[in-house]
Amino acid sequence: MIITLLFLVAVLGFLGWWLLARQGLMSKPWLETATPATILDTGASPLPTAKIGLGVFLGIAGTLLMLLVSAYAIRMDMEDWRPLPWPQLLWANTAVLVLSSVALHRARAAARQAAREEARSWLLVGGLAAIAFLAGQVLAWRQLAEAGYRPATNPADAFFYLLTALHGLHVLGGLVALARAAARLRQARIEALRLSIELCATYWHFLLAAWIVFFVLLAYAPVFPWLYAICRAPFG
Amino acid sequence: MAVALILVLVAVGSVAFHLWSPWWSTPIASNWGYIDDTINLTFWITGFVFVVILLFMAYCVLRFRTRPGNRAHYEPENKRLEWWLTGITAIGVAAMLAPGLVVWNQFITVPRDATEIEVVGQQWRWSYRLPGQDGRLGRSDVRHVSAENPLGVDPTDPQGQDDIILDGEDLRLPIDRPVRVLLRGIDVLHNFYVPEFRAKMDMIPGSITYFWFTPTRTGTFEALCAELCGVGHAAMRGRVVVQTQAEYQAWLVGQRTFAELGAAARRAQASAPPPERDRYEEASR
Amino acid sequence: MSEIVPGADHPIPHDHADDVELYHPHSWITKYVFSQDAKVIGIQYSLTAMAIGLVALVLSWLMRLQLGFPSTFSFIDPPSYYQFITMHGMIMVVYLLTALFLGGFGNYLIPLMVGARDMVFPYANMLSYWIYLLAVLVLVASFFAPGGPTGAGWTLYPPQAILSGTPGGQGWGIILMLVSLALFIIGFTMGGLNYVVTVLQARTRGMTLMRMPLTVWGIFTATVMALLAFPALFVGAVMMLFDRLLGTSFFMPALVEMGQQLRYGGGSPILFQHLFWFFGHPEVYIVALPAFGIVSDLISTHARRNIFGYRMMVWAIVGIGALSFIVWAHHMYVSGMHPWFGFFFATTTLIIAVPTAIKVYNWLLTLWRGDIHLTVPMLFTLAFIVTFLNGGLTGLFLGNVVVDVPLSDTMFVVAHFHMVMGVAPIMVIFGGIYHWYPKVTGRMMNDAMGKIHFWVTFLGAYLIFFPMHYLGLLGVPRRYHEIGPTSFVPDSAETLNAFISVVALVVGAAQMLFLFNLAWSLRRGREAGPNPWNATTLEWQTPQTPPGHGNWGKETPPVYRWAYAYGVPGAARDFIPQNEPPATAAGDGGSG
Repeated sequence: MIITLLFLVAVLGFLGWWLLARQGLMSKPWLETATPATILDTGASPLPTAKIGLGVFLGIAGTLLMLLVSAYAIRMDMEDWRPLPWPQLLWANTAVLVLSSVALHRARAAARQAAREEARSWLLVGGLAAIAFLAGQVLAWRQLAEAGYRPATNPADAFFYLLTALHGLHVLGGLVALARAAARLRQARIEALRLSIELCATYWHFLLAAWIVFFVLLAYAPVFPWLYAICRAPFG
Repeated sequence: MAVALILVLVAVGSVAFHLWSPWWSTPIASNWGYIDDTINLTFWITGFVFVVILLFMAYCVLRFRTRPGNRAHYEPENKRLEWWLTGITAIGVAAMLAPGLVVWNQFITVPRDATEIEVVGQQWRWSYRLPGQDGRLGRSDVRHVSAENPLGVDPTDPQGQDDIILDGEDLRLPIDRPVRVLLRGIDVLHNFYVPEFRAKMDMIPGSITYFWFTPTRTGTFEALCAELCGVGHAAMRGRVVVQTQAEYQAWLVGQRTFAELGAAARRAQASAPPPERDRYEEASR
Repeated sequence: MSEIVPGADHPIPHDHADDVELYHPHSWITKYVFSQDAKVIGIQYSLTAMAIGLVALVLSWLMRLQLGFPSTFSFIDPPSYYQFITMHGMIMVVYLLTALFLGGFGNYLIPLMVGARDMVFPYANMLSYWIYLLAVLVLVASFFAPGGPTGAGWTLYPPQAILSGTPGGQGWGIILMLVSLALFIIGFTMGGLNYVVTVLQARTRGMTLMRMPLTVWGIFTATVMALLAFPALFVGAVMMLFDRLLGTSFFMPALVEMGQQLRYGGGSPILFQHLFWFFGHPEVYIVALPAFGIVSDLISTHARRNIFGYRMMVWAIVGIGALSFIVWAHHMYVSGMHPWFGFFFATTTLIIAVPTAIKVYNWLLTLWRGDIHLTVPMLFTLAFIVTFLNGGLTGLFLGNVVVDVPLSDTMFVVAHFHMVMGVAPIMVIFGGIYHWYPKVTGRMMNDAMGKIHFWVTFLGAYLIFFPMHYLGLLGVPRRYHEIGPTSFVPDSAETLNAFISVVALVVGAAQMLFLFNLAWSLRRGREAGPNPWNATTLEWQTPQTPPGHGNWGKETPPVYRWAYAYGVPGAARDFIPQNEPPATAAGDGGSG
């Protein structure tokens, strides 16, 4: 739980810094009457609004991630925990997700150079790789289930299914956004296109980072006892 | 005018109700008088603030009600006044918190000579276990629960053999002896609550929680469940009888131990199975 | 002190929107049903929340009938009583208060008050409402599901929430409840993103954060908190669904239910409680902060005086918001968690009382030396201060860990949280509706009906919940469908209970008058004009009333001053709208 709080401290600390340093939280607004010539700047960010929106969303998704990690660490500490056998397939899935993320990165680069066709190809590669990742995850579920590791078998299995399912749903949501971007590829203005591809790429990197966190957690959690202690504390 | 008057009435009426209504804490029967003192202190401080603020509000409504030609005083802030108010509030809050934390420290520090007893909650009744001659409770686990062993006492633990099981009976305690009450739930959350003792704590299936107190008054007290535990929640009652040391000892020798109960149950099982009963009917009785 | 430099490296937002960026409705359906206009969405949210709130009101009547006159009504048995309390609590906290303050007031007021044309992501905003509606429908569906809705209490504590001893635990009730909550959270996230980013990015020229009305500050901070707190409930709900449907043991320990060993094992019920209250406590402030903000604006407008200590009010809102994330376990003092937590959480909880008290003082100091108009919104504001003060002070009992021990799980708690997060915010909702109704419809609400509604509601609610504290002091536990014969509860307590029930029925009935007033005034209300309260904030300065699509006509309004220029010395009128240019170059709002 401490890790969730640390995460929130980081988010709120950023907000607080931003309010204080950038937004004049200490100013006395009643002394600042302006004239049409000296109208005050609002302090809004020059970044596109959609990027700010995605940033806020990633903050929320990050909180969700931290809470899951905390719950995992707390539950793992209890005596009935039996780690499940690690499906080797997940290494391949991870590689596919990395590929997907790289493809999106290339698509972003292409969009910045206004190379529509190239961007299109990379988007396609990225999307297909993401679909392959999802298929791989489902396959991993089936392998585990056939080997007798179902959600109810042990909390370790339950967490495996829970985390992969929530992550998979977020990938699916990303695919919807990606499909929308790809569908408008030909007609959209290049600025709009660039923006939506950049948003997809950022989200994809987040999905990859989240997956790596889960991967390390599910496969190697006891390797970093201090980290694991931070996640569990103060309820360990 | 009417608005100000009603605000004053609300303040005065609340204080009058507090002072003269017949509804107040039950007479205390444990050592936790400090808790009552902290409550009273909090009532005095918060009551004072409540009355002052309401009267000030009534004054403002009366005095600064709109009049033709009147205009409000323009004053965006008054740092001095605001810091003063903050400081005074902080002192008032500290005056309530400090004694509270001191008493909490006592509440969680169990005296060494406290007798351990166990209260077990299940839908929707209470059972109790007292340590036998050895003064210790044997191990227990929910996996051992069965019709003959309703509390799940570990049959292989020698310390548990002489434990006294009270199933469907009142809990009895000797006066003026501190008890550490171990709480165990075997199905859902419950909370063993005797209003006169002031102390209470949830029971959580899968772990053992506790609180401690010293009964200071003889008599029979009612125990309730204070954590929602299903449809029979309100019917989950028990009784605690606080007795003098002599009465308690006399009662204690007549009680049967876990080992004796087990033998009796095995004999009974050989003759007839226990009748099925509708559990809600049973609980609401 | 302030680093705001006009137009230096940050572009000043455009004064007119590009046509392509604005959404235009093309038919009646897209204008009034699947609308992407925040004003319409705000009204949709409000009406839906009020409709489901009526269900919760009726449930409270049924509960009060049972408590006041036990064993009189054959149609209320213990299982249905538990279903009533659960649904009443959940609807009021989540589906009414959260949705109405953030979805309703937030949607309608944020763009207007910051001078934006609309929310920044109108499509997501529309989806937000429809997902909310779906969540409400799923919730309502549980009333008709086999076994009825869940009766686990609004806290939904496992293990009992998913066991057969609880109504709906082994039926559809708990499943639909959890699904509905998950949907609500998804829908809310879409809306919440809008509220936050709109405040950050879409303010009109000159609208610095410190010039925003406190209403916007309250809703903004509450939304940030909600976005960070709801994931905890989401995680809890999904994990409990797994436990219920797939037989996992996230929260389920080994247990024997009715003599039957279940196949659960090893889980931690208290983990759920931590997740629930990690959401649940911020939730209290998610409801309270918008109320704080709205009250500040109402009190300033109707007392014709600048809000006293604006900066302190903003800091207090932000500070309360941040602190509220480290107090959650004060709901768990007697849950059996590690006793050392008691010290920490009692301290943080009582610290939060300080910024809260500052807010109360500043409201009072705004009344002081004001020019108080006792309009209906002002009356509700005064009632808010009384009830919030009362509920806040009893919070000092329950937050102080050792005092909580005898009082927790008694009627004292019920009285406390109803006063502080039931009655008080609802006073603000009523005040806000009477205040902004003329902007939404162009007509005033009827004053006489408003006053009757006010007095019955305020005095009635106080009569219900003030004496209820003393039942708790006596030891009457909460969530009992009847106390029954006991050794410690005198018979007079039964009389008090009956009295409370009768008052509750009357107060409930008075809300019908309010609904009638809402409908009646729509056609028959006095014409309001654009700014009936002579208010300074931007929503009263729209070119049309009700505001048209895009809010501002050709150009968004430029802002020259803060939101509380009431009673400025030397000014012609006792208020100066935020977008009114100064009479002279030197400015006329600079005294004080």
